[in-house]
Amino acid sequence: MPVLHPKPPAPTDDKRWKIVETRMRRMGDRPSALIEALHAAQEAFGYLDTEALNFVGDTLGVPHSRVYGVATFYSFFTLKPQGEHTCVVCTGTACYINGAKEILVGLDRALHVKPKETTADGKISILTARCLGACSLAPAVIVDGDVKGKVTAAELVAQLEAM
Amino acid sequence: MSEMPSAARSIRRRVSTEEIAEQPPRASAYVCEAASCMSAQAHDITVRLGERAAEAGLTDVLIKRVGCLGLCAAGPLVEIAETAQLFERVKPDDVEGIIKALKKVKSTDTRQPQGPFFEKQLRVATENLGRIDPESLDDFVGRGGYEALKRVLSEMTSTDVREEITRSGLRGRGGAGYPTGLKWTTVAKAQGAQKYVICNADEGDPGAFMDRSVLESDPFSILEGMAIAAFAVHASEGYIYCRAEYPLAVSRLRLAIRLAQRAGFLGAGIADTSFNFDVQIRLGAGAFVCGEETALIASVEGRRGTPRPRPPYPAVQGLWDCPTLINNVETFANVGAILRKGSEWYAGIGVGKSKGTKVFALAGRIVNTGLVEVPMGMTLREIVYDIGGGLIDGRPFKAVQTGGPSGGCIPAQLLDMAVSYESLIEVGSFMGSGGLIVMDDTSCMVDVAKYFQDFCREESCGKCVPCRVGTTQLYMLLDLITRGEATLDDLAQLERLAGIVQKTALCGLGQGAPNPIFSTLRYFRDEYLAHIVDKVCPAGVCTITPAEVTA
Amino acid sequence: MTTVFTLQIDGRDVAGSEGQTVMEVAEENGIDIPGLCHLEGIHDRGACRLCMVEIAGTPKLAAACMTTIVEGMDVTAHSERLLEYRRAITEMMFVERNHVCAVCVANNHCELQDMAADLELTHFDLPRISPKVDIDASHRLFAIDHNRCILCLRCVRVCDEIEGAHTWDVMNRGLDTRVQTDMGIPWGDSTTCTSCGKCVQVCPTGALFEKGRAVASGSKRQRPFLPWLKVVKEERGQ
Ligand SMILES: Cc1cc2nc3c(=O)[nH]c(=O)nc-3n(C[C@H](O)[C@H](O)[C@H](O)COP(=O)(O)O)c2cc1C
Ligand code: SF4
Ligand code: SF4
Ligand code: FES
Repeated sequence: MPVLHPKPPAPTDDKRWKIVETRMRRMGDRPSALIEALHAAQEAFGYLDTEALNFVGDTLGVPHSRVYGVATFYSFFTLKPQGEHTCVVCTGTACYINGAKEILVGLDRALHVKPKETTADGKISILTARCLGACSLAPAVIVDGDVKGKVTAAELVAQLEAM
Repeated sequence: MSEMPSAARSIRRRVSTEEIAEQPPRASAYVCEAASCMSAQAHDITVRLGERAAEAGLTDVLIKRVGCLGLCAAGPLVEIAETAQLFERVKPDDVEGIIKALKKVKSTDTRQPQGPFFEKQLRVATENLGRIDPESLDDFVGRGGYEALKRVLSEMTSTDVREEITRSGLRGRGGAGYPTGLKWTTVAKAQGAQKYVICNADEGDPGAFMDRSVLESDPFSILEGMAIAAFAVHASEGYIYCRAEYPLAVSRLRLAIRLAQRAGFLGAGIADTSFNFDVQIRLGAGAFVCGEETALIASVEGRRGTPRPRPPYPAVQGLWDCPTLINNVETFANVGAILRKGSEWYAGIGVGKSKGTKVFALAGRIVNTGLVEVPMGMTLREIVYDIGGGLIDGRPFKAVQTGGPSGGCIPAQLLDMAVSYESLIEVGSFMGSGGLIVMDDTSCMVDVAKYFQDFCREESCGKCVPCRVGTTQLYMLLDLITRGEATLDDLAQLERLAGIVQKTALCGLGQGAPNPIFSTLRYFRDEYLAHIVDKVCPAGVCTITPAEVTA
Repeated sequence: MTTVFTLQIDGRDVAGSEGQTVMEVAEENGIDIPGLCHLEGIHDRGACRLCMVEIAGTPKLAAACMTTIVEGMDVTAHSERLLEYRRAITEMMFVERNHVCAVCVANNHCELQDMAADLELTHFDLPRISPKVDIDASHRLFAIDHNRCILCLRCVRVCDEIEGAHTWDVMNRGLDTRVQTDMGIPWGDSTTCTSCGKCVQVCPTGALFEKGRAVASGSKRQRPFLPWLKVVKEERGQ
């Protein structure tokens, strides 16, 4: 099938665009590669800015409004830069009945951040996840990619404050 | 069009069982490296054990990374396979003790794990969990892996395979329990040159981690099950839709696909026959509704994951409008065993129309949090008390939640019910994917209902009105109740609206969203009334500020 | 050659050809099945759930706009139960955002308002949710008031399927769902919008409107584009 749209050049000569381009090319630069491409871009840059969204859309021939629709549908994608560190609090059922709510309250009290927010100093972003599948560790959190089980609000706050 | 690298086609190495069994070790230590134990630094234990064994000159000892050993609550876990000795909560300092134990093992030792946690289980879908190295194809083959596929391709017709699956009575493990053989037959008979097989590994139910453990611990069995299914329905391409929250599962699947391609179990001309089948992974991106099959298809196509009304069912019109078979991870995990051991054997397990076994993830206020597999028809009491070890701190049992956000809460008086698809529906719950969350008297059932409604309202795709608006309205009513501000009229409104949402929503998410409300009302209505009439939360969870009595 | 099926709708014997939906056959036979996301000429999506009907022998209700007819089908399109559901769904639409008919450009020309009247929906029991949403008046000719949007997505579909611009799409999910243009930018900044105005004409409520018309001055009365959509559909041979 001929590609009707010209492929755009990478927005900058940042090498990370190559990764995104490769991932799209491997899927034939077809519109169906949109979600995989967004994953690649977010892995490379940490979040999805308009430049990335435009580039991905133009490469795959997907209308901008649809790219935006997809990027905002899935909660895994974030359009805003994250803090230096991220802390994901699991709010699955097992974590919920084992104290996830108290952890969120504790974070809000000590660091003045709510889920999906970043502390005023840009250091820590708090996210929530609907079940990490680590129920045996409930309540579980992920701090910068490391899973921590059976945490208390006080411990977590102390760890984050020390970062 | 297949995206298999051409190199994989040319490099083909036959793996034989003998090759592996050359030098059986005298003693072997299995270290669980599934996600739960991994997050407790299990990998450091593996490394350290290896180093120490080498230093101690133990050349006839095998230190092996394996998948989930089941008892996740006590991780990191190390098992000495020959003596079934299990080391729990292993710390680096405990390594010496394990080395000592390894020295004592005699090559003739063959003990099975003891205790009700192990003895009451029956492992079919999870037979390789904790037994094989999930990153080793040889290990999988050594346990009978790919025997079924080879036999299917050399001795059976696609009709034979479908009939065998039909006779086994296997039903979909993704929730609804649709007969698998029937689904395969529909796809096989559907018109269309191109057909697809999709493995639903989105596992979105909060509190469920069965599929994750299987993917992390035994990825090849899923690939084998998918290949057999593809043969049976005449498909040549497959997708695994896995949630992005499971990075370890994804990386092990990626590796497994590569290894299977190299060994000729995926790709063109599988096992030297003319059968072609290849698999790609697609990542979810944090949308629960994408577990619903039509939403999943939209997502694989790169679109917003919104469901569409069925019919047409994906079996007739699915991915790119082609006939598509969608099955759950655990469903595929049963396929190899059924074909190896026969449909009669499988149909002999279970009760009534619920055949075989079911994997459950035990979580919540239970001692043995972890993964278990039991024959259908076991009672809840056996699962919770005998296998699960009862409740933490010996607290009173209040309810067990099954079926995720479309499920319900089962109270203590029903603990002796035998678990099956039918019985769970009868009591107002749902099998779902197999999460069992145990609650004690510290949980408020109205709060639990509110929790699930909050879940549904956040995960609603927003397409249809009853779910988009209705789940929020239901949530607002439940919030009113938990704040002690509701009247009996509000309760009536809650029940009325819940019924309307159930009947009119487009997909299973909206239709199932009222279930937690119905089931808690059915068994715990007095708790609702306590909040509404007496303005107290019996469990002390909800912060009710008593309304001032105005004269 | 098309196969003709005979079926019953509300006890009446009717006929239709293979591939037609219950909604289409009902319409051809003068049986009114309510619906707000359905619009002849663009693809159906079965989202508003107002057209739900009972089909004998199936336990679940079905959306008439997306259910194709089969021989001997027995459809109940009107019943006490269905009326209750339709009222509740219409009420949910009203309380979702901020519909104040008296100050709306579409007052008396609004399909949502008509729906409430037809269903004799006299009062609301449910509280308003009214999330804070904006008006985007950046476009030279048109504006959108999200307060009155019911997310039928007629605008999205007509822009994609008929105009081919795909300026409109949907963003977010659940209650946060909004229609939006290009990268969620102001409509006036859109580089894809051809200013054809089709979206304004298909909008059932006062959400999309032409600028410079006073309240209730009838900007919604003239919707000459709608009949053409039917023709387009017939030409496509659907
Ligand atoms: C809201 C919703 C979420 C679902 N989530 C899952 C899921 O996470 N995993 C799954 O296997 N099936 C899920 N299902 C069921 C699937 O739609 C589908 O029935 C199933 O994957 C079919 O496989 P099976 O026949 O092997 O069970 C979900 C259904 C609904 C309505
Ligand atoms: S029931 Fe909910 S999730 Fe399903 S289509 Fe409707 S809005 Fe979307
Ligand atoms: S703006 Fe109008 S046409 Fe578009 S979705 Fe909203 S109500 Fe429907
Ligand atoms: S008209 Fe059928 S669902 Fe809206």
